Amino acid sequence: MSRATTDLLYLVTIVTFILALRFLSQPDKARLGNWIGAAGMLLAIGVTFAQSEIVSYWEIVLGMVIGGGFGAVAARRVKMTAMPQMVALFNGVGGGAAALISWAEFHNRAPNPGNLKVDISIAIMLSALIGAISFAGSMVAFAKLQELIQGRPITYPGQQLVNALVFGAAVAAGVAIAAGAEEQWLMWALLAAAALFGVLFVLPIGGADMPVVISLLNAFTGLAAAATGFELENNVLIVAGMLVGASGTLLTLMMSRAMNRSISNVLFGAFGQVSAGAATAAGTDGGTVRSASAEDVAVMLAYAHKVVVVPGYGLAVAQAQHDVRQLADLLEEKGVEVSYAIHPVAGRMPGHMNVLLAEANVPYPQLKEMDEANPEFGRTDVVLVVGANDVVNPDARNNQGSPIYGMPILNVDEAETVVVLKRSMNPGFAGIENPLFFNPKTVMLFGDAKESIAKLIGDVKGL
Amino acid sequence: MSHGLLLVFELTILVLAIFLGFEVISKVPTLLHTPLMSGTNAIHGIVIVGAMLVMGQGDKDTLTWILGFIAVILASANVVGGFVVTDRMLEMFKRRRPEPAAKDDDQASGPQQ
Repeated sequence: MSRATTDLLYLVTIVTFILALRFLSQPDKARLGNWIGAAGMLLAIGVTFAQSEIVSYWEIVLGMVIGGGFGAVAARRVKMTAMPQMVALFNGVGGGAAALISWAEFHNRAPNPGNLKVDISIAIMLSALIGAISFAGSMVAFAKLQELIQGRPITYPGQQLVNALVFGAAVAAGVAIAAGAEEQWLMWALLAAAALFGVLFVLPIGGADMPVVISLLNAFTGLAAAATGFELENNVLIVAGMLVGASGTLLTLMMSRAMNRSISNVLFGAFGQVSAGAATAAGTDGGTVRSASAEDVAVMLAYAHKVVVVPGYGLAVAQAQHDVRQLADLLEEKGVEVSYAIHPVAGRMPGHMNVLLAEANVPYPQLKEMDEANPEFGRTDVVLVVGANDVVNPDARNNQGSPIYGMPILNVDEAETVVVLKRSMNPGFAGIENPLFFNPKTVMLFGDAKESIAKLIGDVKGL
Repeated sequence: MSHGLLLVFELTILVLAIFLGFEVISKVPTLLHTPLMSGTNAIHGIVIVGAMLVMGQGDKDTLTWILGFIAVILASANVVGGFVVTDRMLEMFKRRRPEPAAKDDDQASGPQQ
């Protein structure tokens, strides 16, 4: 296949990717958009196979079967609740691939000094640097969300300085490569320092901020792919990589805006570390926690006029979405008006709760966005908080010392009674105390969300 | 095309892609943030083309073979996993469709409140 034909077909792939992004931003066309993107990807792979540069096929096919097989099985088997870390994992391996390609290119071209043009060596070092950061950072994000390592920020004195030094070392190795020092050990140093930086850079970021970080690393991988395109003089890599780099950056900004935080605050604020002490002091001074039995709560719910359910990550972990819907149906039969208030960042990804409740066939009109839900709490009898914490934390409104101060929250404390379903008094994922639990209006129903809801269903039926 | 000219051409499409990337997702509801992130995640799996080009060379030493092979594996996992995860997320949204239609009969004024 001639280079012109190849590039023309790659152009078709580029168009499908643009359409995919456009459609993915529209609820009714999103799924179609994903398939269009997949079709474009398949075309690009087919076209690449037909290129004259490619002479050995079986190794590629073998690698595709292994990688693709793993990807398909992992993506099929994963529970909806574990989607965020899946995205992190698949993003990381993409970044890793870009870094390895650059390493191979450098290895193959550098043994003949002077062979590398400066723009190619810049592309190689950028792709290796960004790809390795994205790979290592995504793996830490994955480990945090999978709870292989603690989700709370990991901090130590002088952290910023250490990070800056490691990043400086990676950049220095890169600059040396770009300046023409075509030594193999420089590439190893670059990759090692960049990977270390990726780890160090994500460690101090709290689990609650992981979506933003994953989105940023996603944009990074896009940039690494675009840089790879410059190395290989390949248009589809440049355009597709940069599209993801640009749209991923915009998406990252949109996400942090949804949490009312600046991106630099997310990345360098060491969320939770700033003033966890202040937050604790403001919230829990002299307060007592009231806990209730399932029977008490069942009575409250059954005799209420209006009940609002606030789902959070605890609901996702306990897989309680179906039970919650069953309870809601039961209450509606008894004439209670039930709706769901969805905070934009409830769960661990924006839109996470919508996905789970949609899975449980909750009727769409019952799902209220935050702006719609907040004015309703004043005339709500019972709010049922199922495994949510930070998104209902009044400190975000009242306590300037709180790390989440300024984040828009669901004002559940305006309701008559708040029932909080929670496993224990442990602070939430972000590691911040929540004064809502000490509010006299609040009663706690301790236990696994699914079991508690099951008990509530039994007790409401018995009334 | 000379190398310099090719570079300028590549930079041109790079810059256009930046603007296009910003433009194309300018209005996206919060609901779709996660699927969109996942979708863009699948699209950067295009590095598989680069991995194939490294792996497909006829005359390559052991290190190149190993690096290329791992790169193909990682990139394929990115592509397949990325698109499948995105589809599974979006499938959840799809399924609610018949639901409001069925409920419309008994609560005709429901959706307005």
